[in-house]
Amino acid sequence: MTLREQFVIPKRYNTLSIALMLLGAISIIILYITTHGGSGTVEEKNANDARFWSSLLTNSVYFLLVTNAAMFFICATTLAWGGWQMSFRRVTEAISACVPVLGVVSGVILLAICFSNNHQIYHWTDAEHVKQDPILLYKSGFLNKGFFTIWTIITILGWSGLGWKMRQLSRSIDDKHLTIEEGKKYVWNNTVWAAIFIVFFSLTVMSSIPWLWLMSINAHWYSTMYSWYTFASSFVAGISLIVLFVIFLKNNNYLELTNNEHLHDLGKFMFAFSIFWTYLWFSQFMLIWYANIPEETVYFKPRYGGAYSGLYWLMFTINFLAPLLILMTKDSKRRYSTMTFMAVLIIFGHWLNFYQMVFAGPLPNHVPSIMFDFGVALGFIGLIMFVTAKSLAKHPLLAKNHPFFKESIIHHT
Amino acid sequence: MSVKKFIVGNFDDEAVLFPAVKKVRKAGYKIHDVYTPFPIHGLDKVMGLRETSLHTAGFIYGISGTATALGFITWALTTDWPIVFGGKPFFSLPAWIPITFELTVLFASVGMVLTFCYLCQLAPFVKKDHFNPRSTDDTFVLALECTAKTNETEAKAFLESAGAKEIVVVNKETEWWLGRYDKDDTKKIKKEEPIS
Repeated sequence: MTLREQFVIPKRYNTLSIALMLLGAISIIILYITTHGGSGTVEEKNANDARFWSSLLTNSVYFLLVTNAAMFFICATTLAWGGWQMSFRRVTEAISACVPVLGVVSGVILLAICFSNNHQIYHWTDAEHVKQDPILLYKSGFLNKGFFTIWTIITILGWSGLGWKMRQLSRSIDDKHLTIEEGKKYVWNNTVWAAIFIVFFSLTVMSSIPWLWLMSINAHWYSTMYSWYTFASSFVAGISLIVLFVIFLKNNNYLELTNNEHLHDLGKFMFAFSIFWTYLWFSQFMLIWYANIPEETVYFKPRYGGAYSGLYWLMFTINFLAPLLILMTKDSKRRYSTMTFMAVLIIFGHWLNFYQMVFAGPLPNHVPSIMFDFGVALGFIGLIMFVTAKSLAKHPLLAKNHPFFKESIIHHT
Repeated sequence: MSVKKFIVGNFDDEAVLFPAVKKVRKAGYKIHDVYTPFPIHGLDKVMGLRETSLHTAGFIYGISGTATALGFITWALTTDWPIVFGGKPFFSLPAWIPITFELTVLFASVGMVLTFCYLCQLAPFVKKDHFNPRSTDDTFVLALECTAKTNETEAKAFLESAGAKEIVVVNKETEWWLGRYDKDDTKKIKKEEPIS
């Protein structure tokens, strides 16, 4: 059997990704025009402006975290000395190559929101207001523009740099066979760098970054579960993205060594982390519901029973009930059609989750028309498709000299 | 309870066992079972066993756990003895979810363990017999069931050609787990063959 090691981007694929990006750009322009034209009071203008920036914030942060989850997947499996993912490891690497691009986009958007004169989204940026607000004053050691800027930049640089290092390590042995001693050294080297990434990841995605970027939209409110909740959301969507690319490549006759067994394991990840997300969702919700303290329940007011309730329960159904019931059986995890359907559904469901996380903060009274935000999301998807395919085509599809490669070929669930 | 005749081949290598099982099936012999010291991936497929329905049973147990918990708590806290807790309504679902979850897990796990024991014919105080005790240690045992058509000598020769190291013919009672395999025919095989 000859292996097709070089991915060639199909023409239609490129056309599609560019079309999606154009669609996203058009959506952003339309959104900008509809929210910034016209007259009104200062409050109305601020609300419209916040609606525009919320859309960009939701989409850029969501897709940045989703692509970064691919690198987390690589590092977690590397730390566990797992071998099964090796046959499609290059796919996850290619997805994580989107992090620098999306990181720049998100960084610009985040800093633009932070330094704008409109404080509707991050109202802790309003220095005059903070002076009179004891709670925000108390938090100002963490929630201030300086720390926000520095930590955002460090984070994005860290993810991009450490991700680049991991990809570099993987590609460095493409042309040479390792002896046993070299192999041991190589695996150890990988382990160390993966560990560094994981530590940095837990200091950012699993703790401080969701607090800064998303939870500070509701600056008075806090939840210690919030970061884990955000991480679970982005990780399950990240696994779904990996599944989509693996199935896409399989359908184009690449990745001959990846088979139903690997897909089955990825399906288990999708299933398990959907349940994990629900567990965090419920743990966060139930304690607040039980204690029933106004400072805490204020977060759930617009979501649980207010303007966003329809969206909220729709996303709960998509993210919990659908994976639970549809992905439960072994056969469904091995079937391309079910897995594709569920992967798309989960990515959409967690996008809805981020949508309500962001939008119910600055605009609690009504849900803006979600069509445009969806258009922006399609633009980001186009960008991910474009960058990922570029990265896939640049390097061999198989990490065939990795010491664990054989383990992946004979993988059996 | 019927007593059946088995031809038992003992293999000392997993790599020999796999093709042997394939060959035996292809030749049309009836495989009673294969006994191995550890689980072997893919052996069930080679033997042509159907997928276990243990997980379906687990699902049903789990669902009944959910139903029991929700049903009982709802009845107790809304109909039988309604009490106001912390100003919450009588029917306050979020507070019951943890218990519902626990009962789902409890029913599913206990039910599946018991079902598994039943399917494997395991129970306390039931002494199970082995075709060859070494299958719990280091060798792989393939037991052929003799039907009316089976030619004993031919089958033995066939097993030998497939790579079996030692081959014996055994009569055993097979029916039911309480049927105490060990009382029937065991004197004919030496139980503890010293490994030299």
